[in-house]
Amino acid sequence: MSLKAIALGLLATSVLAGSAMAQDQIKIGVSIPAATHGFMGGLNWHAAEAEKRLEAANPNIDLIIVTADGPADQASDLEDLVSVHQIQGLVVLPFESEPLTEPVRAVKDSGAFITVVDRGLTDTSIQDVYVSGNNTEMGVNSAEYMKTRLGDGDNIVILRGIPTVLDTERFDAFMGAIEGSGINVLDNKFANWNRDDGFEVMQDFLSRFPDIDGVWAQDDDITLGVVEAIKAAGRESEMFVVGGAGMKEIVKGVMDGDELVPVDVLYPPAQIATAMDVTVNHFVSNGPVGGTYILGSPLITKENAANFYFPDSPF
Amino acid sequence: MSVSAHEGAKPAKGFRLDLKTAGPLLALILLVVLGYSLNPAFLNEGNVTNILTRSAFIGIIAVGATFVITAGGIDLSVGSMAAFIAGVMIIIMNSAVDAWGASLATVILGIGSSLVLGVGAGFINGFLTTKAKIEAFIVTLGTMGIYRSLVTYFADGGTLSLNNGARDIYRPVYYDSFLRIPYPVWVFIAVAIIGWVLMNRTAFGRYCMAIGSNEHVARYSAIKVDRVKTMTYILQGLCVSLATIIYVPRLGSASSATGVLWELEAIAAVIIGGTMLKGGFGRIGGTVIGALILTSIGNILNLTEIISNYLNGAVQGVIIVAAVYLQRGSLTSKRKKAE
Repeated sequence: MSLKAIALGLLATSVLAGSAMAQDQIKIGVSIPAATHGFMGGLNWHAAEAEKRLEAANPNIDLIIVTADGPADQASDLEDLVSVHQIQGLVVLPFESEPLTEPVRAVKDSGAFITVVDRGLTDTSIQDVYVSGNNTEMGVNSAEYMKTRLGDGDNIVILRGIPTVLDTERFDAFMGAIEGSGINVLDNKFANWNRDDGFEVMQDFLSRFPDIDGVWAQDDDITLGVVEAIKAAGRESEMFVVGGAGMKEIVKGVMDGDELVPVDVLYPPAQIATAMDVTVNHFVSNGPVGGTYILGSPLITKENAANFYFPDSPF
Repeated sequence: MSVSAHEGAKPAKGFRLDLKTAGPLLALILLVVLGYSLNPAFLNEGNVTNILTRSAFIGIIAVGATFVITAGGIDLSVGSMAAFIAGVMIIIMNSAVDAWGASLATVILGIGSSLVLGVGAGFINGFLTTKAKIEAFIVTLGTMGIYRSLVTYFADGGTLSLNNGARDIYRPVYYDSFLRIPYPVWVFIAVAIIGWVLMNRTAFGRYCMAIGSNEHVARYSAIKVDRVKTMTYILQGLCVSLATIIYVPRLGSASSATGVLWELEAIAAVIIGGTMLKGGFGRIGGTVIGALILTSIGNILNLTEIISNYLNGAVQGVIIVAAVYLQRGSLTSKRKKAE
């Protein structure tokens, strides 16, 4: 896993000095959304794997993973982590930024070290560490690959995720990077990070546009639906598909040289493991760990796919 | 004012039934015209086939829902049930592949287990509603959560995928066609015809309507209310099972995202079609049209660039409400003319 620390805040060092001395069992809460779709399923798996590994390596660390079905549920989880478990550290992937900001602030006020993952809080001064994938880079890398395969006058269609800030970041970055290349974006529609919607939206694109050279599906679940629709229409020789996230089936396909889905762009569900590593390091290492960690969104190609393949993960 | 109140009390019966059918049909025709004018590709053979095939899932489930709703019940669990059945089917077929290899027998076993699961799940909903006397809304809200969690658990939060060999054998069930009409559409047609006969030409259908209008009166009329109501849930389960059988070969996978909100789409199709949510009156033909309307809206939105993507849900909402209004609206205005 390539780590790129872009900015290191010094704000964490004072907290660090105080708590690094603790001798007895250190409890760290990990609050994440429940496994309600593929990416979160993968994230849950990586969290559980990291828990096993970190607890085995650090006998004085106790990680407590809790999963929530919604923002309100997650706020309750945070209260329980403080009142029942009296955690000294928290790793949190907020369901939604705005509603979770105050509950996380309350955990911070109890004296805990806070690591925020993926979706940020509205007040960034609460967090000691921020770990995230890179939506902008994901959009840009997808566009850059399109440009290596397509040129002036070629047509692509885009299947987007769910209308959220995260989706908008990816989409705007992609559109910015594709500008001036002469590649023609025929249309974009939401496919809700879902296979069935990917299938139906792609079917409609296929009946609407006789000439499509490339598809940016943005997400691997969507990609699987898109691929079925293209195959059903018998047009697999006309175009290729670029997905994203790093689903094992797609990565395996890339590894085996699938021509329809030749590459993938990483948005790692394993980022939760990185966040847990960093947080544990705060308690066990003697170096500063505060700051922002942005994980890369590299292009997964046939050559490097093996590095991103986790056959045991559900995603 | 007083005249219209009088009319409301004494509607012309034969005429009203005609208009109830005409309302949703009119809405569908308007939608087709709109779709064609926005993009002529709407009426391409390929696109029409796509719409019909997609409608089959919701349509088949909605035929079952028509009976449940007509008898005064509701089933919120159908979407989760479909995901659950799809998941268990895939698990069973995958383990059968381990035992006997990918063969036709594997696929038939999967289909058989789907039917058993559907009927069983429907029976549970019906039994809890009638014998345990728990509100249908609560029973099916509960089973909705249970099935959704179970499929997430079986899939370990990810996706259950069907073995590739079995998939190749099963695939034609969704993708192939007979007389240029895909198999899912044939299943939909068959389910709709059987449903129509059951609703309009059998004692069972009359009992459903009687129970939906007034359960107590039905009970005093020696109708076996509990048995009939349980049968509607079993029928619903069977329909969910049939829909799942044609759904699984499409993507060969099931996850916790499968069938999300299908229950609302099915209920919407039933209501758009002219069945009353409070029960007592059911229309299978209307339900079929309702399902076609719902699928067409999504399709038209994908075929045009005019409407912002962010507004898709709003457009769907407006058309659903308008379709139901058209049916009520034309009903009253025509009735006025008739007087």
